[in-house]
Amino acid sequence: MRFLPLLWATLWRRKSRTILTMLSLVTAFLLLGLLQAANSLLGLGTVNLNAPILITQARVSFTSPLPMRLLPQIEAVPGVDAVSFSQFFGGIYKDPKNFFPQFATMPDRWFRVFTECKLGPGQLEAWKASRTAAVAGKNLVERYGWKIGDRIPLTSQIWPQKDGSRAWAFDLVGIVDDATTDSCPRKNNMYIRYDYLDEARQFGQGLAGIFVVRLKDQSQAERISSQIDAMFENSPDETKTQTERDFTLNFARQVGNLNLILNLILCAVFFTILLLTGNTMSQAVRERIPELAVMKTIGFTDTGVLVLVLAEALLICFIGGMAGMLLSVGVMKVFAKVLTQFPAVRADLRVWTIALVTMPTLGLIVGGFPAWRAKRLSIVDALAGR
Amino acid sequence: MRTILAVTLMNLRSIPSRLGTSLVIVVGIAGVVAVLIALLSMSKGFEKTLKGTGADGRAIVINAGSTSELASYLQPDVVSLLRTLPAVKRDVEGKPLASAELLVITELRKGEGPRAASVNVALRGVEPMGLKMRPEVKLMQGRVFEPGLHEVIAGRSATEQFEGIKIGNKLKFRGSEWTVVGIFDSDRDAHESELWTDADTARNAFGRPGASSVLAQLESPAAFKAFKDSITTDPRFQVDVSTERDYFTSQSESLTSAINILTNVISIIMAFGALFGALNTMYSAVATRSVEIATLRAIGFSGAPVVASVLAEAVLLALAGGMIGAAISYTLFNGMSVSTLGGSFTQIAFSFMVTPDLVERGLTWAVLLGLIGGLLPAIRAARLPVVEALRAA
Repeated sequence: MRFLPLLWATLWRRKSRTILTMLSLVTAFLLLGLLQAANSLLGLGTVNLNAPILITQARVSFTSPLPMRLLPQIEAVPGVDAVSFSQFFGGIYKDPKNFFPQFATMPDRWFRVFTECKLGPGQLEAWKASRTAAVAGKNLVERYGWKIGDRIPLTSQIWPQKDGSRAWAFDLVGIVDDATTDSCPRKNNMYIRYDYLDEARQFGQGLAGIFVVRLKDQSQAERISSQIDAMFENSPDETKTQTERDFTLNFARQVGNLNLILNLILCAVFFTILLLTGNTMSQAVRERIPELAVMKTIGFTDTGVLVLVLAEALLICFIGGMAGMLLSVGVMKVFAKVLTQFPAVRADLRVWTIALVTMPTLGLIVGGFPAWRAKRLSIVDALAGR
Repeated sequence: MRTILAVTLMNLRSIPSRLGTSLVIVVGIAGVVAVLIALLSMSKGFEKTLKGTGADGRAIVINAGSTSELASYLQPDVVSLLRTLPAVKRDVEGKPLASAELLVITELRKGEGPRAASVNVALRGVEPMGLKMRPEVKLMQGRVFEPGLHEVIAGRSATEQFEGIKIGNKLKFRGSEWTVVGIFDSDRDAHESELWTDADTARNAFGRPGASSVLAQLESPAAFKAFKDSITTDPRFQVDVSTERDYFTSQSESLTSAINILTNVISIIMAFGALFGALNTMYSAVATRSVEIATLRAIGFSGAPVVASVLAEAVLLALAGGMIGAAISYTLFNGMSVSTLGGSFTQIAFSFMVTPDLVERGLTWAVLLGLIGGLLPAIRAARLPVVEALRAA
C-alpha cells in the first residue's frame, strides 16, 4: 500500500500517453458493456426461464392460432397444475417503432400460471372487473411513462373490429412486476382480456393462440409434453409442446447468429487494445530503465520491481475498464429512451463478471512481458546505458 | 513543395524502425474498417434481396392497415372483385392476370446440433396464373406442383438454408404430408426463401378461403396510378395498394435501419478507440523523431514540411489499416449466406455483399481517422523547441 504514491507518480510520468491509453481502454470497455448486454438479451441470460412452464403451439407454426377447444383436454393431463393461453394481438402503439408484444388472455388463468409475476394490491380484481382493462409490464410502464388509469390506444395489425376499424383502446389497471428478485420474464409485455377481443374481432372467434401450461413438477416436463402432442397427432390441430425456455431460445435463434457477430467484433476490439496497451507499457518500461536500475540499487528486489510494473498495468486497465463500464451503463440508459425500436439492454451480473475478469487478464497480459524485462534488468548494464 | 516531399519521404522510409508503434495505427484502423464494412455489407445484402423482389409493372393488394402479407387477410368476395378490375391486364384468352395468394407460416429445421432451431418458413399458395405472371421464376429441378395434391416447390435459397428440402422428401404441415416436387430459382430474391404450392390446395388445407394478398399484372408500370385510384376511390375496398417492388422494399426498411443504427454506434465508438491509439502512436513517433525534426528546423526548414511529414505518415498508416480491414471483411464475409427473420415474420435468406461503395466508405473513415490522429502530433512537432530537443540528445 505504501507504494501506491510511487505507482501513481509513474503512471502520470507521461500524462498524455497514459490518458490516451486509458481513453482507448474506456472505449473498449464501453463496447464490451454494450455488446455483452445486447448479447445477454439475445442469449436471454437476463430473464428467468426456469419456471415449470410448457408452451403448446400449433405444430405448423406458433403464428397459427390453436382453437380454444383444446384447453380442457390439456387441462386434464395428469401433472398439469394450471393452463392459460395467449392470443397475439399485434398492436402498434402510436408508431411502428414502439414495438412490444400484447397478448389476450383471461386474468384468472394468467394469475394461476404466471406465479413468478405479481400485480399490485387490488389490481387483479380491477382487471377482472372490466372487459377493456389491461395490465402492462413494469418496463413498458416506465418506458412510456404510463400511469394506472391511462387509456392506451393500439392499432392492431391482425385483428380488425367488427366494423373494420383497427383502432382499439385499453384501460391500464395494473403493473406486472417481479414476485421475487428478477423472477418475472414478462415485464416487457402487455396483457389484454381475451373475452373482449374475441367478441369484438371481425374473425378468428374461438382461436386461443398458444397454450401456456404450468406443471406441478418440472421433472415431468418431457412426459407431459409428449402426452399433449400425442393427443392431437394427425388432427388438423397438431401441436408442438416444449418448455418455455426452449421456446424462447428458439425464438432468439430465428433472428440468426447475432451473438457470434457481436463476439467477433469484441475480439477485434480487444486484440487492438491489447496491442495498444502492450505497446504503451513496454514503452513506459523502456524509458524508465535507468530509474528501475536505481530502484534496484537502493534495495528493491527483482520481484518487487516486477510487481510494481505489473501493478501499473493492472491499475491502468482497471481505471480505464471501470470508467468504460460506468460509461456504458449511462449510455444504455440514454439508448433505452432514444432508440425505442430496440429492446432496452442493461448490464447484468453476467456482463459485470465478464468485465471484471477481462480487466485483470488484460493487465497481466500487457504488463507481463515488460514486467519480466524489468525483473531481469541488470543494474550495471542499465546504469551504463547498454 | 520539393522540401515537403523530401522530408515526407525521408520520414516514411524511417517507419520500419518504429514498426511496433506504427502497427498500432494499422491494426486499430483495420479493426474499425473491417467491422464497419462487415456490418454494412449485411444490411446491403438484405436490402438487395428484398429490393430485387418483384417488378414495377405488378401491383400487390393487401388488407388496409397491415404492414405485411402475413398479417393481411382478404375475404373471398373482395378477392373476386379485385380480380375483375378493368385495370388488370388480360391474357390472350381474356383471363385476368391476377393471383390471389395465401401466405402461411410453417416451421422447418435450420442448422444441426445444439444450435439447431425451428424457424418460420413461408408457404405461399400461388394460383397457376401467379407462375405465368412471374417470368423471373424458373424451375431448376423437378416439376411444378399439381393442383389438388399436397405438393410444394421450394426456392433455391430455402434448400440451402433449411434442413430436409430435397426432391421427393416429405414435409409435414397440419397433419398431412407434403412432397417436395421441384426447386425454383428467382434471381436470389425474397421468394427463393419460400415454399410454393397451389393456392386452392393451401386454402383447403389451412381452412382459409380468402387470400393474404392479390398480385395483379398491369399494362405497364405507368398504369399503376390509375389502378390504385380505381381501388382507393371504391368504397367496397378497405385495402392498401403498392407496386410489388415498393412493397418488398418497405419490408427491408426496419431491419436495415436497425442494422445501420447498430453499425453507426459500434463504429463510432471503435473509431474513438482507434483514434486514441493513432494519437498515441503519432505522439511517440514525433518523440522518437524529435532530434531529427529539431535538426531540420535548425538548418532552416520551415514548419510545413514537418507537419506534412507527420500527417502523411499517419494517413498512409491509416490507409494501410483501412485496406487490410476491407480485405479482411471481404474475405471473411463477402457472399456469406445467412437467413434472418424478415418483415413477414418468416426467414429470408440473403448474402453479405461487400460492394465498392462500402469499401470506399471504409477507406474514407480510415483516411479521416488518420488525419485527425496525425493533426495534433503534427502541430506539436512543428512547435518543438529546437534548442531543448537538440540538448536532450
